[in-house]
Amino acid sequence: MIGFSVNGKRVDLDVDPSTPLLWVIREQLGLTGTKYGCGMAQCGACTVHINGEAARSCVAPVSRAAGKSVTTIEGLSPDLSNPLQRAWLEEDVPQCGYCQSGQLMSAAVLLRDKPRPTDEDIDEAMTGNICRCGTYPRIRRAIHRAAEMVAKGDAR
Amino acid sequence: MIRRRVAEGITGKGMQRRDFLRASVAASGGLLIGFHFPGLSQVASAQSSANVFMPNAFVRIGTDERVTVIVNHSEMGQGVYTSLPMLLAEELDADWTKVGFEPAPVDPKYNHPAFGMQITGGSSSVWSGLEQFRQAGALARAMMVAAAAQQWNVDSSTCRTESGAVFSESNRKLTYGQLVGAAAKLTPPEHVQLKDPKTFKLIGKPIKRLDTPEKLNGKAVFGIDVKLPGMLTAVVARPPIFGAKMKSFDDSRPRAMPGVRKIVAIPAGVTVIADTFWQAKMAREALRIEWDEGSMQGFSTTQMMRDFRERAKSPGTSVRKDGDSAAALANAAKKVEAVYEVPYLSHLMMEPLNCVVDLRADSCEVWTGSQFQTVDRANAAKVAGLPNEKVQLHTTFLGGGFGRRANPQSDFVVEAVQVAKAAGAPVKVIWTREDDMAGGWYRPAFLHAIEGGVDASGNAISWRSRLVGQSIMAGTPFAAMMMKGKDYDPASLEGVDDLPYAIPNVAVESHQAEINVPVQWWRSVGHSHTAFAVECFVDELAALGGKDPYQFRRAMLQKQPRYLGVLDLAAQKAGWDKPLPKGMGRGIAVHFAFGSYSAHVAEVSVTDDRVRVHRMVCAIDCGQYVNPGIIAAQTEGGAIFGASAALFQELTFENGRLQQTNFHTFPVMRMNECPEIETHIVESNEKSGGIGEPGVPCAAPAIANAIFAVTGKRIRRLPIRMTEAV
Repeated sequence: MIGFSVNGKRVDLDVDPSTPLLWVIREQLGLTGTKYGCGMAQCGACTVHINGEAARSCVAPVSRAAGKSVTTIEGLSPDLSNPLQRAWLEEDVPQCGYCQSGQLMSAAVLLRDKPRPTDEDIDEAMTGNICRCGTYPRIRRAIHRAAEMVAKGDAR
Repeated sequence: MIRRRVAEGITGKGMQRRDFLRASVAASGGLLIGFHFPGLSQVASAQSSANVFMPNAFVRIGTDERVTVIVNHSEMGQGVYTSLPMLLAEELDADWTKVGFEPAPVDPKYNHPAFGMQITGGSSSVWSGLEQFRQAGALARAMMVAAAAQQWNVDSSTCRTESGAVFSESNRKLTYGQLVGAAAKLTPPEHVQLKDPKTFKLIGKPIKRLDTPEKLNGKAVFGIDVKLPGMLTAVVARPPIFGAKMKSFDDSRPRAMPGVRKIVAIPAGVTVIADTFWQAKMAREALRIEWDEGSMQGFSTTQMMRDFRERAKSPGTSVRKDGDSAAALANAAKKVEAVYEVPYLSHLMMEPLNCVVDLRADSCEVWTGSQFQTVDRANAAKVAGLPNEKVQLHTTFLGGGFGRRANPQSDFVVEAVQVAKAAGAPVKVIWTREDDMAGGWYRPAFLHAIEGGVDASGNAISWRSRLVGQSIMAGTPFAAMMMKGKDYDPASLEGVDDLPYAIPNVAVESHQAEINVPVQWWRSVGHSHTAFAVECFVDELAALGGKDPYQFRRAMLQKQPRYLGVLDLAAQKAGWDKPLPKGMGRGIAVHFAFGSYSAHVAEVSVTDDRVRVHRMVCAIDCGQYVNPGIIAAQTEGGAIFGASAALFQELTFENGRLQQTNFHTFPVMRMNECPEIETHIVESNEKSGGIGEPGVPCAAPAIANAIFAVTGKRIRRLPIRMTEAV
């Protein structure tokens, strides 16, 4: 049995400990917002937080989450109230949308660490997340917008 | 994937012959409006699927005021779940906050009016839906007005509509939801008046996408997210070489692995069916298969390109001949020859291919992100051994499409039905990224051998393009409809067979290559390579004649006002005449594709043979437009898609085996490499054109021409490698 918390909820699973966390989240826990894109930490579609830090769940064995706290896109906010989600809405960022869960989860760690990120900060934090539709310019704008919301105390 | 000829021939015919309209209160408690055209029974027949006068979209209005627009095109990022509902909601005078969307089931009444089948492709969703969705909204509105007028005992003409309600002259109000029951009992009007575009409230505005919220909280359901009770997950071991056949397999190890249910030979290879994806994938790795490698075992793309070069030395099938290019070249003051090469490319959607099938004795349900519902359902039915009507195909969100999910053979759907037959339970087939990349159906590799010359004043007087490459259409069910001759596939030659420049002597010749690598339409199809070759060679001619590349194009486009419009707009917004900092170069390209005109100006620097694109200025003329926000997104995304291919992407084969496997060997542009991009839209009253693809073609030539501007070196092969520049 491997026990950890997902979006604040305790789970105990009887699962092969070498199984990537991604597939446990998607198949065992039914949280399909976290996406499979490459299986080798190249694209970032599977990004979740383990104890608050961005992790590529496609290469993280579920054993790595044991006793820790995992946050997925479903746990970012229950009602789209996270400033990043609001900024993403304002900038109408997604196209196909498949990579956006990972983009948001990476951006969330960036904003926590650097509340007013520069373009270089954004490059550094977001370069591991591929968007095949090419929403990068809008993601960049949305991150700046979210940072402004937080700075102005506009974040709910 | 559409030819302009086809598109222009059939646009707009669809809605003229409305015969009758049926309205009924649907089981869901709403007013269901559908269109039926003469000669079409409600029950679709096989023949009727080829009819271009097919009925159109639905709107469902609920007593809860919800307006659900049933959309017959797939949402793969291009915004159809917003732009098409906008058209309907505009004419309905709906309250936009109450408008939602629903993917259409497979039915002839949802066929593409131009193509006679349910398909999303060719950048055609908006222009083909323009009339049908507006008409659908206008009819629904007229019936709401009639129902209200009847209740108030006033003349319909005295009523007005606004934001989901009908108002009388004396400002009495009935909402659409309140009118559902009454409207359902009415006979629909013979004719409805469409709005004067001047009164549009939604069309032409950058309305936010309806599908954004669910794409920000993990709720949007893509094919890979579908889950059914008792569902198993499968992977397939496919041939390592195109055309290879499975001889035998040894499953003694994987059979004993946890969660493995079945390992079965199917026509596509060997499927491993397990409780979970990871179990299936691990078991596949333990599977030993012996393949008969077949005729492609020695295939090498290096050798193929050598063969293409040889072939380009002899004349091909003539597809265009203006004047006498050879004689003009002989008399040219200066001449230049160039060979441009582009590789095979993968679509590389973020969501790898997948398909869920629930196959029962007398029914089959399929869930997948399809761009090609009619064909996929028919192919699924064939494999399932069921009539079409017994097969339901549910279209999910598509995590990117770019043409790959419109496969003429429905490869990923057919295979999943084969797996389902073996599984004996509902099953989801997941392709790994590596499977997806090796799965074929690529943008074909192409070679363009071009020669041209200028006169003493530097004006272009001769041009001859010879293309060598595989046909996309040959051998498909669409060859008869789409090809202009055995060796003339317009999907290969589009963008060069219509060379717009005023050059008196032009020859275009085609050599069709027969190679057993499956190829398919890839975002912008033939334009993805013809624009590169043509626009780079135009630049070479400009340099040959000592002219500015922008002015050189301008001079040759004087009779092409829409080309000129985007060219001028891009040049002006980019500040073409303004000097750039040292080490930076500017390149320009212009192209027509899918009914729209596009021009890009790229600004690049080259340091230690590394190319950096700093800025791209895009101008787009797609005629009358619906949602400028989506147009900007598609144009930006198209530029990035084109730039990714230009800078990074290439599929190569050695010994029949694909050399690339995943994003590390087939890279996509990333955030830190992404230039600043501006989109400028031409205001136009011309017929609407496409927007999903036209942003792609100009990226590569604009970047390559910018590299020449800063380095004096020509890029003649993609992806760009400065070590190969000449």
